Amino acid sequence: MRDEEIIERLLGILEELAPEADVRQLKRDVRLRDQLDIDSMDLLNFVIAVDEQFGVDIPERDYPKLRTLNDLVRYVEARLGDGASPEPGSAD
Amino acid sequence: MADFLMPILGAHMTEGTVVTWRKQPGERVERGEIIVEVETDKATVEVESFVAGTVEMILVDEGRKVPVGTLLAVIGVEGEQPVAARPAPAVPLPSVALPAPAAAKALGARVRASPAAKQLAQELGVELSTVTGTGPEGRITREDVEQAVRVTARPLEEAPDRQTRMRQAIAAAMSRSAREIPHFHLARDIDMSSPTAWLAEENERKPVAERLLYVVLLIKATALALREVPELNGRWIEGRVVENRAVNVGVAISLRGGGLVAPALLGTDRRTLDDLMRGFRDLVQRARAGSLRGLEITEPTITVTNLGEAGADSVFGLIYPPQVALVGFGRMTERAQIYNGEITPRPAITASLSADHRVVDGHRGSLFLGAIDRMLQEPNRL
Repeated sequence: MRDEEIIERLLGILEELAPEADVRQLKRDVRLRDQLDIDSMDLLNFVIAVDEQFGVDIPERDYPKLRTLNDLVRYVEARLGDGASPEPGSAD
Repeated sequence: MADFLMPILGAHMTEGTVVTWRKQPGERVERGEIIVEVETDKATVEVESFVAGTVEMILVDEGRKVPVGTLLAVIGVEGEQPVAARPAPAVPLPSVALPAPAAAKALGARVRASPAAKQLAQELGVELSTVTGTGPEGRITREDVEQAVRVTARPLEEAPDRQTRMRQAIAAAMSRSAREIPHFHLARDIDMSSPTAWLAEENERKPVAERLLYVVLLIKATALALREVPELNGRWIEGRVVENRAVNVGVAISLRGGGLVAPALLGTDRRTLDDLMRGFRDLVQRARAGSLRGLEITEPTITVTNLGEAGADSVFGLIYPPQVALVGFGRMTERAQIYNGEITPRPAITASLSADHRVVDGHRGSLFLGAIDRMLQEPNRL
């Protein structure tokens, strides 16, 4: 899966979580929590959606690694390379 | 027969709008089943029926805004005479929403109205028996009908937007709180090493969709601590505290675009952490979608607010009347603590209590915070 495709899907998830925000304007190298008003419930819902859409289960111990959009893309890309695969029928 | 009235969905609420009737005349409704959706200043609320029976009449149409206490519907209860078999009222029941006193006046009154008033009333769907006449001998004039429409069906475009109404509702409740409740505040630092370690282990084992948030531990610990200091699980009503048997912790949920609601996780002390987590997740989702249930709004017996996630170190909030206490949790940080004789960094939060001094004193409040701490140190028993 290409980076741009991963980003598109991640932005789609974030858009669902924070519909008031313009996620297309997010800076990719700035902490998401500094750009979006999200709480731990949003984070959990994000992780669940990533699991559903990419087949990537993010363990809690990895949360601190995922601060920016770039972090997320690299993480998902690496985990997909490890053998995780998008769920059949996921948003394409 | 049971009267189904516009409920008070919060201390601040004075009126509500009927959005959707989920049941129609002739349909059966069970106790606890949703019968109508009502829009308040804060949310659209699904309101449950408190009796089982058959909906006999619906008296307020969808889209109408009426004061709390207005008769919305009549429910026939098993074994009772149906409405149709009882003597009919002298005049029809009001077909438009009216303040309760006007509706009461209408029953049994003889209607005198000018032809112009009658014609206008017919055009506008106004029931003349509900209109106060100002003409000779109380005759209803065309102007009276126009005035009745202005009073009973305030145009939506004149209403302030949802955000403004939300702020007005919060302003009313918090102003009342600050005006009427003699608050006192206590705080206690709580070592979170045990609960966070336990939680990490639990979540490692769970599928992602079943993971717990640590706020659920805080909510459950608060609920269990209330069993030890039950006077904090009460309401101040007409000059005295009324303790609640059920523990229904209200959880402050911030809304997208501003404002907050604090609906209850019903039966908090009796539910497992997994069940509370499912309930909490559902509650947050529905609160932010503006779709809560009546009991969730009316039944909180205490409120928990976790502002630590937003960065606050500690919370000293205002109690939501008629509740008598609010528990706040601040940010979890690594703090230098003396543990086994050595200074070590350990995760900790500051728990705070805002309490009504008419109901409880600092001594009991301190014991309550101590009980929360104790509960959290044994997370496997929550």
